[in-house]
Amino acid sequence: MATSVRARPDGSPPPAAPPSSSGSRSRRSAPGRRRSTLYRWDIKATPYLFIAPFFLTFAAFGLFPLIYTGWLSLNRVELGGDPQWKGLENYTDLATSEFFWNALANTFTIGVISTVPQLLMALGLAHLLNYKLRGRGFFRIAVLAPYATSIAAATLVFAQLFNTDYGMINTVLGWAGFDPVQWESSKWPAQIAISVIVTWRWTGYNALIYLAAMQAVPQDLYEAASLDGASRWRQFISVTIPSIRPTILFTVVVSTIGATQLFGEPMLYGGSVGISGGSGNQFQTLSLLMYEKGWVNNALGQASAIAWIMLLLLLIVGGVQALVSRHNRKKLGG
Amino acid sequence: MARTLDREAPRSGRRFRQTAGRQHHAGPLTYVLLAVAAVVSLFPLYWNLVAASHSGERVVQAPAPLLPGPRLLDNLSFAWNQVHMGEALINTTVVAGLVAASTVVFSTLAGFAFAKLPFRGRGMLLSLVVATMTIPPQLSVIPLYQIITDLGWFDQLQSVVLPSLVAAFGVFFMRQFLVEALPVELVEAARMDGAHSLRVIWHVVFPVARPAMAVLGMLVFVQAWNDFFWPFIALTQDGNPTLQVALAGLGAGNHTVDHAVVLTGALISTVPLLLVFAFLGKHIVGGITAGAVKS
Repeated sequence: MATSVRARPDGSPPPAAPPSSSGSRSRRSAPGRRRSTLYRWDIKATPYLFIAPFFLTFAAFGLFPLIYTGWLSLNRVELGGDPQWKGLENYTDLATSEFFWNALANTFTIGVISTVPQLLMALGLAHLLNYKLRGRGFFRIAVLAPYATSIAAATLVFAQLFNTDYGMINTVLGWAGFDPVQWESSKWPAQIAISVIVTWRWTGYNALIYLAAMQAVPQDLYEAASLDGASRWRQFISVTIPSIRPTILFTVVVSTIGATQLFGEPMLYGGSVGISGGSGNQFQTLSLLMYEKGWVNNALGQASAIAWIMLLLLLIVGGVQALVSRHNRKKLGG
Repeated sequence: MARTLDREAPRSGRRFRQTAGRQHHAGPLTYVLLAVAAVVSLFPLYWNLVAASHSGERVVQAPAPLLPGPRLLDNLSFAWNQVHMGEALINTTVVAGLVAASTVVFSTLAGFAFAKLPFRGRGMLLSLVVATMTIPPQLSVIPLYQIITDLGWFDQLQSVVLPSLVAAFGVFFMRQFLVEALPVELVEAARMDGAHSLRVIWHVVFPVARPAMAVLGMLVFVQAWNDFFWPFIALTQDGNPTLQVALAGLGAGNHTVDHAVVLTGALISTVPLLLVFAFLGKHIVGGITAGAVKS
């Protein structure tokens, strides 16, 4: 629960309390009929007034563009020109385009090699942070520091560290007797380098989410396990992990959504060939391909089709998540 | 769960006398591993500072420098005056400040309505708010780009601010907080006293919600400060860039700028947030965990 953001556990009114009671009381003693109509209107309308900013903003900048993108995806569109109806042609073109399948595969592989190690390390890190520690605050803030870095800043720093000729990572590998790795021009090294940037930025953030969940696990579960002679490792596997399963599922979904949209890291990592995802498109993601189609090739219809395919992918992820959590609940209930 | 606990303890596993999880003190191995994690987390930030304090030629020489050099101030003044990082810094502060302020106010209003006010369609609308969180920004950028081009807002900061005036995450976050933190009697008492809605908001809801508003404000500020995808499309490096857009322009090699200056720009974009984290880190940690665990 929100331990750190609770106002007052006892529910007592805060210091800057409602208007002075004497003044309000005198007003209450003279209620007019007109005012009570106004009052009733106020009660009825306010909730809608309060939620209106969100829904208006969403309608204007979220829902309308979403639907309009769907319509554009069925047309040939150039900036400033009128859309020409093409039906599903944009989608069938993509289905036969090797660039699309390459970008889809890259999005998938970069997503897996950045999400899986990231979440596993976050779990381990959360477990360590869960011990009674000296300097706990320092460690927590230290692992969260990368979260304060922007995609652009982080990627530009790592691009230097991963530089094939003078980067520190190849220097260290050289000391260990390895040949320099082509971190940008070869496919897997480049995808690994990009995943390292993503992992570096998000591991601490996920660790803190896990930590909060771990601290909510009832202590008597550990005591019972300990009486049964379970080692710490055994307890981690058999008590901690099952207890925080909903949180793990939450982070898997959030990271998957993030990975599907990966754009800034590969773009900036590639420097002058970033938009095409490297000289051989070896790390072009779906978002990059969409940007290239729309803003470089001026084929906004095709770009819209890619955007909608991304939505479909996310819907599939959401569906799987819903199934898994239902399955989990059944298992726990039964 | 009981099934798994019944199993024998692993034969080869070392037995600890104290085996339970969190109430135990960390051993030396824990400190070693955490120290490694802290170094891995902080080293790129440290190295950013080192690189920003050398000349461009030195940064691209192997082995890369490990200790700060003498050129930090030169690089800073070059980045500030020649590549306009100063203007980008001001733009970013304005954008992130406006987005954070408006998100906090609007999210508190909506969160209060969803938490404490009865109205038709409340449950359905709240589910809708949560559902919108999964829509990727890629789905709206093409029409948005056409809209801002038609309105003549290309390269104008409002094209970045307006779509972010309020966020689903904020509404949900404030709702979760107010459900627990705001006793409904407090609202009713104010109502009995004849307070109209704005009075209730100002004198009851805002004071109770203040700690959550502060946390949400910080989270949204960090996010808006670091936002990349849409600003990169709506703004150009030479027009009215935020720091991230300016950095992208430098890093993409469109300009003949040396790497030390690029990394000085990165440093300028990172240091303000690191300072915020250093002073308010505890609250941010609390906010991140509070927002995540409840959803």
